[in-house]
Parts: sequence; C-alpha cells; structure tokens
Amino acid sequence: MSAKMIEVRWHGRGGQGAKTAALLFAQALLTTGKYIQAFPEYGPERMGAPVQSFNRVSDTPITIHCGITEPQFVVILDPSLLDAVDVTEGVGTQGKVIVNTSFSAEEMAKKLGIAKEQVFVVNASKISTETIGKDIPNTPMLGALVKVIGNLDINGVLDDTKSKLEVKFRSKPEVIEGNLTSIKRAYDEVKNS
Amino acid sequence: MVKTVFSKGKIVAKTGNEVMAEAMRQIAPDVVAAYPITPATEIVQIFSQFVADGKVPTEFVAVESEHSAMSATIAASVAGARAMTGTSSQGLAYMWEMLYIAAGLRLPIVMAEVNRALSAPINIHGDQSDTMGARDAGWIQIYSENSQEAYDNMIQAVRIAEASKLPTMVTTDGFIISHCMEVAEVYPDADVKEFVGEYKPERALLDYKRPFTLGAIDLQDFYFEHRFQLAQAMRDSKKIILDVASDFKKKFGREYSFYEKYQMDDAEVAIVTIGSAAGTTKVVIDELRKKGIKAGLIKIRVYRPFPAEEIAKDLSKVKAFAVLDRADSCSGTFAPVYLDVVAALYANCASAPKSENYVYGLGGREISMEHIEEVYMKLDAIAKGIKKASTQLEYINVRIK
Repeated sequence: MSAKMIEVRWHGRGGQGAKTAALLFAQALLTTGKYIQAFPEYGPERMGAPVQSFNRVSDTPITIHCGITEPQFVVILDPSLLDAVDVTEGVGTQGKVIVNTSFSAEEMAKKLGIAKEQVFVVNASKISTETIGKDIPNTPMLGALVKVIGNLDINGVLDDTKSKLEVKFRSKPEVIEGNLTSIKRAYDEVKNS
Repeated sequence: MVKTVFSKGKIVAKTGNEVMAEAMRQIAPDVVAAYPITPATEIVQIFSQFVADGKVPTEFVAVESEHSAMSATIAASVAGARAMTGTSSQGLAYMWEMLYIAAGLRLPIVMAEVNRALSAPINIHGDQSDTMGARDAGWIQIYSENSQEAYDNMIQAVRIAEASKLPTMVTTDGFIISHCMEVAEVYPDADVKEFVGEYKPERALLDYKRPFTLGAIDLQDFYFEHRFQLAQAMRDSKKIILDVASDFKKKFGREYSFYEKYQMDDAEVAIVTIGSAAGTTKVVIDELRKKGIKAGLIKIRVYRPFPAEEIAKDLSKVKAFAVLDRADSCSGTFAPVYLDVVAALYANCASAPKSENYVYGLGGREISMEHIEEVYMKLDAIAKGIKKASTQLEYINVRIK
C-alpha cells in the first residue's frame, strides 16, 4: 500500500446508509481528481444489524483489492455499535475515529480505550434531525470525515453531492438543501474536544 | 488527477456490475434473456431498467430460470439476433447442458458472468469455481481484474464471439469487483456502437428464404468432425482475440492481450493468477522490488483459448513460479490453471522452472498482501536453492491442513 493512500472504514447499522456514505464519499472525491474505491462488507443483510463499508483514496491508480484491516480513519454512524462491535480494530495508535455522539472526545476516548488525540466527535444525529428532519447521520458524517482527513476539498464534495442528490430528489429540493447544510454543519462542528 | 485514455472518454465511479450493464446498454443487443442471481443480479436489474426507460431497444426476456435464460438466448441467437445474458454460480451451473449446446451450435452469445462459489455449503462470495467448471464447454473465457477491464472486455467480447462463432463469457470476481465502486473510463455510445458494428449472421433461422437444419442428430459419421471444428475454432480464435485487441487499442487506447505481464522482463520469481488478486499482487511486487527481489506477475485475461505457447515462453525465463488458483478441481492432483500452465511448459520447453500450485480465496476468503508476499518469499528461497518446491497442492489462508 502506498504511503499516500487513505483507507477508511465506516460502521453503521443496516438501513443507516453506511454503504451509501462510502459510495457518495468516493464519487465526490473522484470529482476532485482522486482515485477511489468504495466497497461494502456483504453478509446477511437486515435492518439494524452491524454493517461496515470501506473507502480507499489515492492520488495514483488503486490496484489493491484485498480488505482493509488497518484503516487510518474510522467513522461510526451509530454510537450503540461501540458495545456491539470492535470499532477500533486495526486503528492502532495513529488511526482516527469519528463518532456520531453527543458526548465529548474525552468521554469517547475513555469508552473506546484509545488516546483523546485520535477521537473526533460530532452530533450528526442532531444535525440531520435539524437540517433534513430525520435521524440520517450518514451525509453529515461525510462532512466530518472530510474535515478530519484534512487535505480534501469540501466544496468539491458539496458540489458533487448536490448534483447526485438533484438526480435522486428532483421533486424534493428541500431534501437536497437539508443534506448539503448537514454536511457543511458537521464539517464545521466536528471537534477533538 | 484522473485522466482519460480516450480523447472522448468520460471518467466515472462505477461498480463492476454497473459497468457491465453500461457496456450492454451501449452494445444494445437485440435480445437479452436473464434471471437474477447474487452477485450478478444488478447487471440484469440495471439493464432491465434501461429497457424499461427506453434507453436501449433490446427485447428483454424475464425468464423463470437460468436454464431458460440460456435456452432463450440460444433461440434468439439461432434466429439471427445478437443475444446476451448474465449470471453467476448456481445460475451458470443450472445452464450447464445449454452452455455446451450454445458452443456446439457455434452461437456468438456473450455472457456477463460474476464469479461466485458453488454450493454446498451455500456461499454468495467470490471464487472462480463456477466458470472454471465450464472451462471445457467450448466457450471463450475472458477474466477481468477490475471494472475498467470488465467494461472493455464486454465491448471486445461481442466482436470476438461473432468473428470466431464461439460463445464468450466475460467475468469479474464476485463482490470484490462486482460490488466495488472504482474509477472507470467509459466511452461515448456512438464510439462503442461503431466498434462493435452491426451483427450480420452468416445464417439465421428466421431467414426463411435460406432454410437450414440446426441441432440435427449427428452420430458416428460426422459428430467427431463437428467437435473437431469446435476445438479448431477455439484454437483459431486466438488470432481473432489479438486482432480485436489491436483494433480496440487503436480506437480507445487501452492495450489488451491474452495476459498481462507485470515486471516480467527481468523477473526471477513469478506468480500466475487470474482476476482481482492480480491487482493486489502488483502492489506486493512493487514492495518486493524495493527489497531487491525480482518478482513478476502473469495475469491471465484469456483463459479459453489457453495461450499455452506464449505463457510457456514467458515463464520459462524465471527460476521459480507459483500458480494461484481461485478454484479447486477436487481432482486429487492440482487446480485448473496450474494444470494448463505446466502442460504448456512441458510441451513447449526443454526445461522448466520450479513451480508450486496454491488454491486461495474460496468462498470469498481474504487474500492479503502478506499472503502473496509469503508465496514470493518461498519462491525466492526455491530459486536460491534454499527450499524445495512442494510437490502437492498447497492452500493459502485455510485453517485445516
């Protein structure tokens, strides 16, 4: 694996959009000029079951097709997964974990058993409820991930997500606006404290 | 920045299934008859949506089984239509007797196939047992490492099938490629249409002014000659495959052959494999080369017809090689690709390098960079005379030895 390649693991529950988030993230980064991969972990598919999806992002073509075992970034869509799944598996001492939660980074670090510097929190459920009208944390978490990774183009991500949503929600412009606002808010609100 | 190879190409993020369905839309066959099966379902689903939305004029036949899917595709092809289908695993197994009939009748059917394990035990994940089982059915088999290759192979398959009068299947590794979204370049409809051209069958049952008999009984007097012709057509298709690849390169810029050589010019140890694991192997090779190990790869794209002389020539130059098979023959000896490779070497070369055969990834079992590196390290030791090559089939990442 190239040193410049970014590997991301998403944790969610079936129906929360972990797969969609990984796909949207990949598509958006492609439009900013990156090589990408997005793939879900397929198992028994049922609502509420713990699911994972993955991303690779690179400046050079990606030929690797094995699983991701040591992600630099982990995104947790549902805080209830912390008790059900080993969400920090392979994260080591350098990987960063982003949690959708109302708790602080200190509290989450204690719960996860990793250093506070590795933990980022954002209340994506609250943001999505306020902006989209439903607890759909996957789109705001996109914004949080872009912020935490650091060197990515948030405006490129917003532009691409907008064009994707415009196709999907032609008759519901408020859904598009809500999603974009949620991404922007999570980008601004995600914090390491 | 991701750039196109073809001046009019467009960069998209698509899964293996999405690009295969997209290629089918652009090819716009007269008839598609198919039945959904994981992980190939999306190909049929997306394509049938194209039909429903009027984006492709194809007659879509929603059949009740894969046996019927292949039967209907055969019937359409016999009638003179450009006909396609798609399936996976048990679906391919259920088509079995019709696969041989498609080949025996010399019908240029193109199939999008997603490689998946065979039951039992039931498993939906990727391995190549399904198409490896069909390797003697008289179908041309083209395997794809990634989405781009799946798309390009589908486009080329139409011309290969029609010029060779042999049914052709194009495969991807189930889930690993079929459901992995990655960067692919797609070409404008008009350019794909121009490349595949119009299908003008030599004979068609619907051409009632020139009637002919098809599927007649063929006993001791002529069966053997007809089967010889089928086998000869497979041998002759090698030139057709290279010609189509050459035209494809001229038109779209991407280069294809029977197999891809990666770092083989000065390789001392090599892996031969098929499909998505080849991409991971390339990354391992880059790492090993930094450590001074001259590792190389032969990634087979066209498995039927098997490019025996060519592979033998390239492999004879290395000191040791391993064939990594994603299928097990359960034959008591070795796995399919290895048997073809060693037969090629034995027939074509006075002396052959040391070799090993590994089965990996059955039922979607992970094959990591470390696993591949271990194989190369063993080969390196064999090449240096430190270790002896195994004389039996070896297994990667399996818990029962």
